[in-house]
Amino acid sequence: MTQQLPEQEQQQKNIYRTALISSVIVVGMFGFAFALVPLYNLICDVTGINSLFTQEKRVRIDADDIQIDQSRLIKLEFDATINGNLDWEFKPSLRSASVHPGQKMQTTYLLKNNTDQVITTQSIPGVTPWQATEFIKKVECFCFTTQTLQPGEAKEMGLTYVIDPQLPEQYTTVTLSYTIMNLDRDSVIKGGQQGPQNVAVLNK
Amino acid sequence: MTSIAATHDDHDHHHAPTGWRRWVFSTNHKDIGTMYLFFALFMLFLGGAMAMVIRAELFSPGLQFVSPEFYNNMFTNHALIMIFGMVMPAAAGMANWMIPMMIGAPDMALPRLNNLSFWLLPAGALMLVLSIVAPWVGGGMAVTAGWTLYPPISLQAGMSMDLLIFTIHLLGISSILASINIVTTILNMRAPGMTMMKMPVFVWAWFFTGVLLILIMPAFAGGVTMLLFDRHFGTSFFDAAGGGDPVLFQHLFWFFGHPEVYVLLLPSIGVLGMVVPTFSRKPLFGYKSLVYGMAFLATLGMVVWAHHQYTVGMSIWATKYFMIGTILISIPIGLMKFNFIFTMWRGSLTFETPMLFAIAIILMFAFAGVTGVMLAVVPADLQYHDTYFVVAHFHYALIPGAVFGLYAGVFYWLPKWTGHMYDEKLGKLFFWWTTISFNVTFFPQHFSGLAGMPRRIVDYGVQFTEFNMVSSVGAFAFGLSHLLFLYIIIKTIRGGEPAPAKPWEGAQAGTPGLEWTVSSPPPFHTFETPPEVK
Repeated sequence: MTQQLPEQEQQQKNIYRTALISSVIVVGMFGFAFALVPLYNLICDVTGINSLFTQEKRVRIDADDIQIDQSRLIKLEFDATINGNLDWEFKPSLRSASVHPGQKMQTTYLLKNNTDQVITTQSIPGVTPWQATEFIKKVECFCFTTQTLQPGEAKEMGLTYVIDPQLPEQYTTVTLSYTIMNLDRDSVIKGGQQGPQNVAVLNK
Repeated sequence: MTSIAATHDDHDHHHAPTGWRRWVFSTNHKDIGTMYLFFALFMLFLGGAMAMVIRAELFSPGLQFVSPEFYNNMFTNHALIMIFGMVMPAAAGMANWMIPMMIGAPDMALPRLNNLSFWLLPAGALMLVLSIVAPWVGGGMAVTAGWTLYPPISLQAGMSMDLLIFTIHLLGISSILASINIVTTILNMRAPGMTMMKMPVFVWAWFFTGVLLILIMPAFAGGVTMLLFDRHFGTSFFDAAGGGDPVLFQHLFWFFGHPEVYVLLLPSIGVLGMVVPTFSRKPLFGYKSLVYGMAFLATLGMVVWAHHQYTVGMSIWATKYFMIGTILISIPIGLMKFNFIFTMWRGSLTFETPMLFAIAIILMFAFAGVTGVMLAVVPADLQYHDTYFVVAHFHYALIPGAVFGLYAGVFYWLPKWTGHMYDEKLGKLFFWWTTISFNVTFFPQHFSGLAGMPRRIVDYGVQFTEFNMVSSVGAFAFGLSHLLFLYIIIKTIRGGEPAPAKPWEGAQAGTPGLEWTVSSPPPFHTFETPPEVK
């Protein structure tokens, strides 16, 4: 009863083969998505296609050798943001400063941990307008390292910077912004879900 | 030949099942196709209702009916439902119904898999509805990220985001399985003599659609799985706080999302490739070039995804590549249009409803093509990005390009599916009603977009009021027209002038078209003995 003709058997074999090949491609493409995580970073590092700046073309100069450009003042604004919904304090000690390009300046950011847990943080810088990014040179920055704060501990974190005199003329105000991130992944997941409160506000 | 049929009958195909078993346990490609089509019709009304909420809210500036959070949730789900719940299942339903009949196969290659891929859809739809409901019963923040689901906002939503991720998994698995089935059927089940280059264009179109889906859908499933890991398992694929990069998700999404546009478009190009020769009573002009054009389109579509991300800060070198690649896409699209226009050239044209839709598609899809080239140009796109100009562009691409193609297919094949002719007068009324109201809805959005109205925001500046009022009135008319569509379909199923095996005079122009050799409606099992194609 299950006797099949050779051509039918052959067709059934072909069907399974095509379906198998397709399934292997499906599994492969699922894996490809995950393989992209390291590949993406690698490709971006090697080719630099993920960045609008062409850093190689400009001559890099040492912060100490920069000549001070007395002819203009740049208004540098400092900004601080806390990533997520966390009970910290994070703010610049100075809201803004007027500096000559080439002048080496110092300022501080204040961080306080109001939670009852030890937290480790890292700050990610951002510059607006983005075209000015490569002209804000940090000699020393708290963003280079991580900070660990005990419950209730407060910390003043230093920042030394120089504005490159090659900063194009049209930029007179530059905002330097730091976003502070919690590096403890577990507490991000448990504490970071900012659901119900927000819904309550929005549905009012 | 007869001996094949005898053994075939022996080991398979018992009596036709009845009642609910016929549908739930169905392995029959026609029944599964019907279920796909009804599912798509249901989702069309669900997604359409969401569009009505959006347009009602946007009728005048300020907040009228819904909260911003719910509004954002509505446009997110409108897109997901229309793409995953409506266009893809409707196209898959037509593939199920027509492909085995067109190539002379008794059924799909893997009938049980076919059953599974359909029944995953209602499960996915249920998840999606739960995701909408969850915020109202204490499930946290609704999904407000838009269908692109970009992190970090999609990481911050409540449990409705998890439900949406599972929705995408289910619908994704469903369409992957359906694609494997269709590609396998096309490659292995063709009747003797039905060579690849004799296949009707619809079959070719679905072949490329299937291959695209097999390539892109798993990558997207991987992407949303990473989102799920980021949300619950402490990874940071896309969370900058842990060293991840949210831009990576954008690349993963659009690696899927751009070819997805062609997944939606190609089945309709396939329908056009059937409808235009039929009502021109002439073989398709340049069959081979159309097939190669579709292959070129599918290939090119895989490597231009980042034109959705010009503003993300890629290097000039990278944006240049994506710009040129994107503009090149107008070549195969233009080729297809000329295929159809030259098919009509000196044909004996008649203008039944499917043909009217076909001509409207050729015309209106060209608008989307022109705005598409505008958007592809980087310096211009930086202006247009995330404005209503983009909304107008992709609705012109997807409503004529995909949805009207499906309407053309429905009217073209309804006589074959039901055995009754549809009411031509009502069909034409439906055509004019949808086409006019569609244009009233979306044409003004070009202007409001160029004037700077941003998309995905519940409120807008008062200077855009008139454009939005026109748009909303058009949208209500467009929505209402679909009740007529529903009525026509029900009326045709219930009765009407009996349709002959070949209801359209020019139906077999050019391609062998085996679907017209069986009766209307076709018997439960067709081609148990493979037909011979000369």
